Amino acid sequence: MANKESIRDKVSIVGVGCCPFGENWEKSPSDMIVDAAYEAYADAGIERPQEEIDAVFTGSIYSNKGPHECADALKLFNKPVTFATNYCATGTDLIRLGVLSIAAGLYDTVLVVGYDKPKDRGVSGPSVVVDRVRDLPQTPAGWFSLAAATYFEKYGASRKDLAKIAIKNHANGCLAPKSFLKRPITEEDYFKARIISWPFGLYDSAAQTDGAAAAILTRSDLTGRFQGDPIAVKGVTVRSGPNPQKDPGNDFLSWKPTAWARDDVYEMAGVTDPRKQIGIAQVHDCFSLTELLTYEDLGFCEKGAAKECIADGVFERSGALPVNTDGGLKTFGHPTGATGVRMIYENVLQLRGRAGERQIEGIDGKLALSHNIGGHPTACGIAILGRP
Amino acid sequence: MSGILSYGACIPRTRLPLAAIGGGTAREGGPEKAVAWNDEDSITLGVTAAIHCLEGFDRAGIDMLIFASTTLPFEEKQAAALAARVLDLPRTTQTLDVTGSTRAGTSALRAALDAVSAGSASRALVIASDTRLAAPGSGLEARFGDGAAAFLVGEGEVMAIPQGFSAITDEVTDLWRPSGHRFVHAWEDRFVVQESFAPNMAAAIGSLLEQTKTQAGDYDRVALVAPDARAHAGVARATGFESDQLQSPLFGRLGNAGAAFAPILLVAMLEAAGPDERLLLADFGNGANAACFRTTGHATTLSPRRGVEWNLARRRVVSDYDDFIKAKGLAPSEWEAGTNPGLSATILFRERDDDLGFLGQRCRSCQAVQFPAQRICETCFAKDDFEKVRLSDRTGTVVTYTFDYFYPTPNPPTVVTITDVDGARIHLQVVEIAPEDMKIGQEIEFVFRRIHESGGRPNYYWKGIPKPEGPTS
Repeated sequence: MANKESIRDKVSIVGVGCCPFGENWEKSPSDMIVDAAYEAYADAGIERPQEEIDAVFTGSIYSNKGPHECADALKLFNKPVTFATNYCATGTDLIRLGVLSIAAGLYDTVLVVGYDKPKDRGVSGPSVVVDRVRDLPQTPAGWFSLAAATYFEKYGASRKDLAKIAIKNHANGCLAPKSFLKRPITEEDYFKARIISWPFGLYDSAAQTDGAAAAILTRSDLTGRFQGDPIAVKGVTVRSGPNPQKDPGNDFLSWKPTAWARDDVYEMAGVTDPRKQIGIAQVHDCFSLTELLTYEDLGFCEKGAAKECIADGVFERSGALPVNTDGGLKTFGHPTGATGVRMIYENVLQLRGRAGERQIEGIDGKLALSHNIGGHPTACGIAILGRP
Repeated sequence: MSGILSYGACIPRTRLPLAAIGGGTAREGGPEKAVAWNDEDSITLGVTAAIHCLEGFDRAGIDMLIFASTTLPFEEKQAAALAARVLDLPRTTQTLDVTGSTRAGTSALRAALDAVSAGSASRALVIASDTRLAAPGSGLEARFGDGAAAFLVGEGEVMAIPQGFSAITDEVTDLWRPSGHRFVHAWEDRFVVQESFAPNMAAAIGSLLEQTKTQAGDYDRVALVAPDARAHAGVARATGFESDQLQSPLFGRLGNAGAAFAPILLVAMLEAAGPDERLLLADFGNGANAACFRTTGHATTLSPRRGVEWNLARRRVVSDYDDFIKAKGLAPSEWEAGTNPGLSATILFRERDDDLGFLGQRCRSCQAVQFPAQRICETCFAKDDFEKVRLSDRTGTVVTYTFDYFYPTPNPPTVVTITDVDGARIHLQVVEIAPEDMKIGQEIEFVFRRIHESGGRPNYYWKGIPKPEGPTS
């Protein structure tokens, strides 16, 4: 039986960077990659990246230019550059690949860059995927809203509960300098907004943006070479799942890949009581209900109990387990391939105590979790960070 | 003895009150026409009529399919071949399209009956379907209606036996639509009726009566197509039929359904007829066809069909003319449709059984039913050990649903479900239901529809409708 704990603390993050997320009309993917990577270099104290970086793991969804786009932007040549993609879980998967490559002893220091540029896709506004005759309409809101009718019927939740999540993430986004939307909303705003895919309205839906985020990973025994305050990787995993739309066993009350990834990563990181051990979490709030289901799927509360926790403010910045402290996908923005790395950026800043106005107090000694799901969803990635 | 074994019809559920045309105000009970909505066309209506016709009949014995229509969605690419795939008919089925005239439906029926009599086919399916467009606001627009009928022809327990046929051919530029045009053109009414419709109908009926040595008064039911009520009355009078013999031409309920008009009226006669009745049918278009039938005892023992009455009773009235214009794709739009090459033909090719035949698979190891076809069983992981199962005639149950306001459609929201059918889960659009009526557990029947127009061509797939009352399909 594999020893899942063997990965714990082997790899540390010594630098993070993130370009401002938004409709970056004037920036190309390369511009954003450079902004994010050079911020991470500066954070780590890397002055000669061409010498200090051994390998690169990069990925996006909408770019089809492969690893060269990132290698060329950063002029990182004669290096192993890997391009990986895993829908919206791409960012966490890139972190995983970087961690594994170092833990395997192959490289000392690697750069991870997630990015996306949906505004360059050749469509005006969000697009509807038409690559098959079946399975239409293919909009992400349409996929994730399929859990609403079932969950609402079984547990008595409603759009009023979802509204509280949207209001929280809008408030949190106002405090993050690099977030896309800095606009608090009220419950009235929430209910007045147009419906996208019932029960999701405009404020239930993440803001798709351009953006890039980067992290420098190194062997934990080498962190002394870098100036960045090191944060250790306690566990990181990715789990695949069946397409929930055709999975005969799907109850549409939770997303299976999250539960499977949770069991794996909690074992890696030694998490037995998530509510106590985890001090802060960035979860995949592509839609408000996705965040709600994730509270339960990650064991932050019992199945069906999310609405009571929401009402009690558990996941607010002042609560026992603050979630999406930078506004999440909802307001910080969701450049698909960058999102998982952006979550790492936020958790590293928070664990270092350097998150500025949005700093969460009382998380010393606690773990920070980041969670991505991708596809319909058909994959989940989770990373857990902490002090070594 | 060969003859008609079964029949079916499909009249689209949407009705446009004639008063609404051009933006007027409609009142309930006024004249209306049946209109194919944005996801319906001659193929979908025709296939649906055929499914209704085939209820209770084995499809494996069918060896001929004729598709008759003046509004085939493809000028090149056979409608009958598409319909045969959708209906899961044997690959050895002889398929052909009959088009170009509103007489195409009755010509196809005669050809099928002839083929069976001659022994070149043993069981033939005839589909007649039309969805003709007239220019918005034109006089023709109020007259046209959409619909389809289907007949299964062969030997065995026939419910109607043909007694004779006649045909008159004529060259007149009375109604026409050049290649590439969307709207039917017509010359002025009096010319059409006096020089084309009336003389050709009278000649065809006269020829039939003479040939069969029958009199007008011998017939229990007589169906005559006509451009309008006045022309209908005129031809009936001229050929000697009394009003109590006449099948209602459904003016103000259906409209002139082109190549499907006479076939739909034949269905209306068949579903009302008892044993041993004499029926006469006359059809028009670049000449005229006439045919007569005698019903048998099977006219009353055939299990109830979804025919004309069942279809006419299902109505959704759209009284906003703008909605109609949008559904027909006649409203100006910012983006030209279909400027992309569309879905890969290779994908359409590989997925024919899934998309068109709606064939799922049953795992021979664990019996789980799955859709679409996959190599490895989703439940027990057995490899390549499946048998095909046709899901189109099964009933589904809604597991969960959402209402999508973003998917491009003339009438948002699009109702999207996960529907369970025999354990298989299908991501399925459901139409003909109001969002407030949708519920978990809703029973679903499958209907063949247009799904989108990627590539500027119709792409077809299955959708759900709430399982209707009445005879099963």
